[in-house]
Amino acid sequence: MSDKNALVPSQEKGGALDLGGDSQDFVTANIGKQLFGIPVLTVQDVLGPQRITRIPLSPPEVAGSLNLRGRIVTAIDVRKRLGLRDKEDNEPGMSIVVDEGGELYSLMVDQVGEVLSVPKKAFEQNPATLDPRWREFSDGIFRLDKKLLVILDVTRLLDFTSSVKQAG
Amino acid sequence: MDDLLSEFLTETSESLSTLDVELVKLEQNPNDPDILSNIFRLVHTIKGTCGFLGLPRLEAVAHAGENVLGKIRDGELVVTADAVTLVLESIDTIKYLLGELEQNEAEPDGNDAELIGRLNHFADTGEIPGGAPAAEAAPAAEEPAEEVEMTDDEKLQAAFDAAEYDPDFEVPDEPAAAAEPEPEAPAKPAAPPAAAKSQEVAPAPKPAEKAKAEAPRGETKESSVAAQTIRVNVELLENLMTLVSELVLTRNQLLQMVRGKDDSEFTVPLQRLSHITTDLQEGVMKTRMQPIGNAWAKLPRIVRDLALEMNKKIDLQMIGADTELDRQVLELIKDPLTHMVRNSADHGLEDIPGRRDAGKPETGTVTLNAYHEGGHIIIEISDDGRGLNLERIKAKAIANGLATEGELEGMGDQQIQQFIFKAGFSTAEKVTSVSGRGVGMDVVRTNIEKIGGTVELKSVEGRGSTFIIKIPLTLAIVSALIVESGGERFAIPQISVLELVRASNNSEHSIERIHDTPVLRLRNRLLPLVTLKKILGLDSSEATEESVDEEAFIVVAQVGTYSFGIIVDRVFDTEEIVVKPVAPILRDLSLFSGNTILGDGSVIMILDPNGIATRTGEITVGGSQGVEGKAKADASDRETTSMLVFRAGGSEVRAVPLALVARLEEIDVENIEHSNGRPLVQYRGKLMPLVFIDGSYQMKAEGRQPTLVFQDRERTMGLVVDEIVDIVDDVLNVELTADQDGLVGSAVIDGKATDLIDAGYYLELAFSDWFGTEDNGGEKKRVLLIDDSPFFRNLLTPMLSVAGFNVTAVENAEQAMDLKNRGVLFDAIISDIEMPGMNGFEFAEALQDDAAWGEVPIIALSSHTSEEDFERGRQVGFSDYVAKFDRDALVSTLIQTLSSM
Repeated sequence: MSDKNALVPSQEKGGALDLGGDSQDFVTANIGKQLFGIPVLTVQDVLGPQRITRIPLSPPEVAGSLNLRGRIVTAIDVRKRLGLRDKEDNEPGMSIVVDEGGELYSLMVDQVGEVLSVPKKAFEQNPATLDPRWREFSDGIFRLDKKLLVILDVTRLLDFTSSVKQAG
Repeated sequence: MDDLLSEFLTETSESLSTLDVELVKLEQNPNDPDILSNIFRLVHTIKGTCGFLGLPRLEAVAHAGENVLGKIRDGELVVTADAVTLVLESIDTIKYLLGELEQNEAEPDGNDAELIGRLNHFADTGEIPGGAPAAEAAPAAEEPAEEVEMTDDEKLQAAFDAAEYDPDFEVPDEPAAAAEPEPEAPAKPAAPPAAAKSQEVAPAPKPAEKAKAEAPRGETKESSVAAQTIRVNVELLENLMTLVSELVLTRNQLLQMVRGKDDSEFTVPLQRLSHITTDLQEGVMKTRMQPIGNAWAKLPRIVRDLALEMNKKIDLQMIGADTELDRQVLELIKDPLTHMVRNSADHGLEDIPGRRDAGKPETGTVTLNAYHEGGHIIIEISDDGRGLNLERIKAKAIANGLATEGELEGMGDQQIQQFIFKAGFSTAEKVTSVSGRGVGMDVVRTNIEKIGGTVELKSVEGRGSTFIIKIPLTLAIVSALIVESGGERFAIPQISVLELVRASNNSEHSIERIHDTPVLRLRNRLLPLVTLKKILGLDSSEATEESVDEEAFIVVAQVGTYSFGIIVDRVFDTEEIVVKPVAPILRDLSLFSGNTILGDGSVIMILDPNGIATRTGEITVGGSQGVEGKAKADASDRETTSMLVFRAGGSEVRAVPLALVARLEEIDVENIEHSNGRPLVQYRGKLMPLVFIDGSYQMKAEGRQPTLVFQDRERTMGLVVDEIVDIVDDVLNVELTADQDGLVGSAVIDGKATDLIDAGYYLELAFSDWFGTEDNGGEKKRVLLIDDSPFFRNLLTPMLSVAGFNVTAVENAEQAMDLKNRGVLFDAIISDIEMPGMNGFEFAEALQDDAAWGEVPIIALSSHTSEEDFERGRQVGFSDYVAKFDRDALVSTLIQTLSSM
């Protein structure tokens, strides 16, 4: 509980996509070959492999729950959420913990990278041809040197009310 | 000190300090209505509470003060320094009285007639009394009004003098304060604000002085109780509780790590930590504890009102009102408790003559008893009334379709009594303003189960009933049994676990199967079993099926009165857990009531036995049932009809009134013969024609075909259908659609649009002369149909029309009389007997001597067809009597009656 106060105050969260400055900071993560970004201020924690308790009957994207310093965190398999196939290798994954509506969620990805500061002018809307599921979860794309950075919208990614039926 | 009194003292001293400040503010802004009304409200509250607690002296002073304030509020008096002084004086008197009260737990002797006199005088005349009526006011009374200062001093003196007469008050004047037994530190911080307050009263220096003089007396006393309690936001307590719960968990975690290592250097400090944590947990729990009496406070009044209304004598006994429980739990049981006490007083206790007849004292007793028992609170609500009437419960259970007579036969009294917890169940013959609406006990049970409690019922007919509620002390920490299934661990709240059974093939308990459904023989009862793995979807292989039989652990759980076994793989021990709600995306998983972190740091899901029971078919439990049940109960106020729902030729569902169907049969297609191009079967030694739902209907090529058998006297007919879906009790609202043969119309049955077939049409198909109608060519005979059931009106109207009558349908006798009065004429009247308002007999009697309708034959239509009914019907002027559903008889009677005229 005590770590709660040390974490990012919620009112700062929305600031990540604020267009005021010249650049924005994202925590990057890899799933397969794709690079994703999550606004740095929404991120509470980055975790290594964790012991996860399965939750029977839950939506398939819910990998289970885990204990993060006394708080119960729901783990979301981002691969499944994005409609990707399961990981082939057995490398242990990593997780990015975010706070959504007072609840903690751990987004399971293959690898968590560095924090990138990207110039705003590199921003692009989602291409219209993108998979509808991806379009739903992505805020847009940043053009990086050799890669494209897909920005994940955490709120929509965790909104299971609209897509849980379709997925389940 | 009495809890109520100390609470009152705390609250009132708070109000009084506010009042001091507000009054001074008022003096500065005499026209501010907000300040004024706030002052008025505070004084009013004090007065009200005094009256409630039986403190006449305080009440009188407060009342007089309120009077003055009321006048000021209404604009009859003007706020002046003098007026404020006067009111302040009354407040000081209140303070003084409170101080006495705190010391002696009783009001001091003596009275404040002098002060009250002046207050009243001011309220009446608007003048500060010069020649005050009270003689004790002595020399001061002669002072002119302008010299208020002087007067005040004198008054003050008078007040002290008055105090002197108080036998408990040994020291005659100000030093009294110093002589107080507790001139402790708390008094000091309290004093400066008082001084500051009085200095604000700059325009009236003398009153300020007086206030100062008064201060030592008032403030010292205020301190002792007021400073002992502080008001804390409930949220803060909740947060503390959460933190402590976390601490407990962490402690458990540490203990688990050190367990088994005897020589660890941590053992001793950990032990200390453990003790302190336990104490802290208890301490914090205590802050949330409230005496259950708080939830009972309203009850004496409710019972008293009820006794008056019902003309009963009721004695409400409350035992153990100081039993404490968590305020969260307290809030949740308040309403169920109130409901149950009301029930006991209303339904349970007989009225005075009833009690006399039963040889009991006139005064009935309702007893509430609360006590602790092993981590739980037990609350018993018992009455010495008539007890539950088993026969009435049985009848009601049958009427509501909750059980058949046969099922009831096999039930014990205890089981039958449990029906009162079902939705929509009320055996009260009449609905009173207090209870009997049929929603109640089911809601009570649901609410109590929601907080992990149970309700039991013991009732002896004629001797009374006792409800026993068992609820956990707190919701924050529960004891849970940890089990494993399918490689995962789960927690089951201990309160719902009855026992653990280990079953194996060679022990006395073994799992048996009825068509794949596992059951366990346990002490001469069959216990339904559920496999946790299966209902959780963790069962991947079919092979495990058999291995379960070999050896299994069964957790016998109880939800309400329904007990069942949960088959698990392993059973660990019990642990204290803190229930945490699951993430919102998992909220719709009804099998879990929450999750928690175990001592070893792993997350574990908490199973909800309620949810499992609901899942496994015992549908009478579970939260949503209450609402549904209520809807059903409401519906039953209107007339319901049993409908047989089936499918035939197409996927749409069709229905026919069950009463029209004689039997359901399955006919082997091979046995169908044809005669004259029409299908027949031999059925019970006779030939039964078969009809299809429409011309294009195809029977199965082989196998068995379900058939609805309609029977009328000698003749039977079979309607071939695809599938019999269900039998449903529902209110029928038929919307007539006459455009298709064989359909009465469509109705919503069991939430689905359903075609209602016209059985008459199919009967005619089978026997063209079924109704024996001949087209009479000439003018159609006019028939008046009176039936309060829209279903029958809708069913009979088209049927009679088909038979060649001109039908007018009305829903009650009054409407029929209306038609008569308007001069409408009919050839025959068909009337229902049981109708709201004027019934059929009364209607027929009323018509007997009528000029216009006296000669019109009336055919009675009723479900009662005993000889006596026939006789009575004939006497009041019915020409004939036909049983409902006997359409053949109805049409033929109608034709006969009309032709004989």
